[in-house]
Amino acid sequence: MSMPGSGGGRTAAAVRDTFSGRGAFIFAAIGSAVGLGNIWRFPYIAYSNGGGAFLIPYLVALITAGIPLLFLDHIVGHRYRGGPPMAYHRLKRWMEPMGWWQVAICFVIAAYYGVILALAAIYLVLSFTKGWGESPADFLFAEYWPVSETFALGFDFVPGMLVPLVIVWLVTTLVLALGVQRGVGYTSLAFLPVLFVMFLWLVIAAVRLPGAGAGLDALFTPDWGALAQPSIWIAAYGQIFFSLSVAFGIMITYASYLKKNADITANGFVVGFANSSIEILAGIGVFAALGFMAGQAGTGVDEVAVPGLGLAFVAFPTIINQAAGGTIIGVLFFGSLLIAGFTSHISILEVIISAVRDKTGMTRVPATLAVCLSVGAVSVLLFPTTTGLNLLDVTDAFVNNFGIVGAALFNVVLLAWVLRKLPEFARHADMYASIRLGPTWYAMVAGVAPVVLGFLWISQLVTFARDGYGEMPGWFVGTFGWGMSIGLVIFAVLMSLIPWTEKSALRRERTYVDLDADGVPDVPRDAAHEHWRNDV
Amino acid sequence: MSSPAVIMMVVAMVAVWGGLAAAVAWAMTHPEKPE
Repeated sequence: MSMPGSGGGRTAAAVRDTFSGRGAFIFAAIGSAVGLGNIWRFPYIAYSNGGGAFLIPYLVALITAGIPLLFLDHIVGHRYRGGPPMAYHRLKRWMEPMGWWQVAICFVIAAYYGVILALAAIYLVLSFTKGWGESPADFLFAEYWPVSETFALGFDFVPGMLVPLVIVWLVTTLVLALGVQRGVGYTSLAFLPVLFVMFLWLVIAAVRLPGAGAGLDALFTPDWGALAQPSIWIAAYGQIFFSLSVAFGIMITYASYLKKNADITANGFVVGFANSSIEILAGIGVFAALGFMAGQAGTGVDEVAVPGLGLAFVAFPTIINQAAGGTIIGVLFFGSLLIAGFTSHISILEVIISAVRDKTGMTRVPATLAVCLSVGAVSVLLFPTTTGLNLLDVTDAFVNNFGIVGAALFNVVLLAWVLRKLPEFARHADMYASIRLGPTWYAMVAGVAPVVLGFLWISQLVTFARDGYGEMPGWFVGTFGWGMSIGLVIFAVLMSLIPWTEKSALRRERTYVDLDADGVPDVPRDAAHEHWRNDV
Repeated sequence: MSSPAVIMMVVAMVAVWGGLAAAVAWAMTHPEKPE
């Protein structure tokens, strides 16, 4: 598609994909933010960090870091109108590796996230028959997805994991191939209300279980003394930060699909509070169920409260075995886990697809196939094996604590302190924002965020370097933890050295700022949809 | 449930769900400006 240009030296412009409207963007962003961490991480973090008192640092972290960083990502994506590598390249050429670092992080996360989705799908089906038997821990770790006693990397495939994982990748590829609006947008619009209803139903079912009150007591009874400990505040900032999907490219990518007149700040508030609303709901549902479980076992809630895989695939099956109406609880819990994880998974992959399309000028379907086949191949080869669980554990820990936190830290320091871009960003958002950004936002992004992120990053690095990771051998952690983390940075630098060709979106797509500078009106409304992208 | 736990649960619900309701209400009463 040709656009007349009176300045800027570009005569041809392709039209970037866009969401059909504000609702589609908000739903997609919430769908991305609400993921596994809301369900299996938040409740345990809150419980183990002061209970009800944790809510104070949690809300402070949401307002002072979570939502301000969300605005920052949205502005970068919208202003520079590209996936992370292209957006950062447009911002400053030497910032492009930052974008590829975020893409590489998404590659690793997408590879293991698919495995958890496959497991959630398996357990959703097993809920009908309680097919995990009387001992869910033995079923998972000894029978269904056995863990090798040695750490030697082998391709000892577990068929029960392999087939569901392949199905997950096929469905994910299909949705992403449909495009930004028809795939990502419509999936979020359809699934998010379903997730909310299922979750609400789950919470109602859980709080009616005998012993639920003990679980809610454990979660919400405040330990006010804990507020004096810095670790509680760091835990709150960490939870908000990981939960909101900020600083690893997703929000930049989604914001690049916004229309010119997007109200970035109002949208950000909706996304931020919606994510926390689901998180609180998850806390109530999970701890009500754990209270029941503790009552059945005749122990305290502290004996049964665990995070992560242990909560989802050991504790909940135990609860489902014991509760009246356990099958319904199982379907609601694993269905919620599957939907929340799926909408997050497609958002993570969309970052990679967007980056590949921007760099190569590929059209939607070939780019989707290339990305999903590549990430899917890594996922299928490495994880549904007897070493898969250990691999998932170590890559998850390092890509989060070293990768995401590190990328976020360098990002805010470079943007706020080196390039001093915040006033320019605020002016950009304010053009169409109903809530204006000013010194308070600068202080939070340039002051609070670097301090907290710096502490999180350095403290985790020191801990991993000093103590290793779990009981895993050094070579295993060195290869798949440290090695993988450093490898992502090297990959990012190498990718940024590849030149942008004439076919790339950098040469063919315009930012809204370019269009304004050229005196060219924005793309016609009816043209601003993804099928026009095929003209590229 | 103990009274402090009930109070904190209600505070949490009001804070985040109230924040969400306020954000949605704000967005609905402030439609995006024309370009």
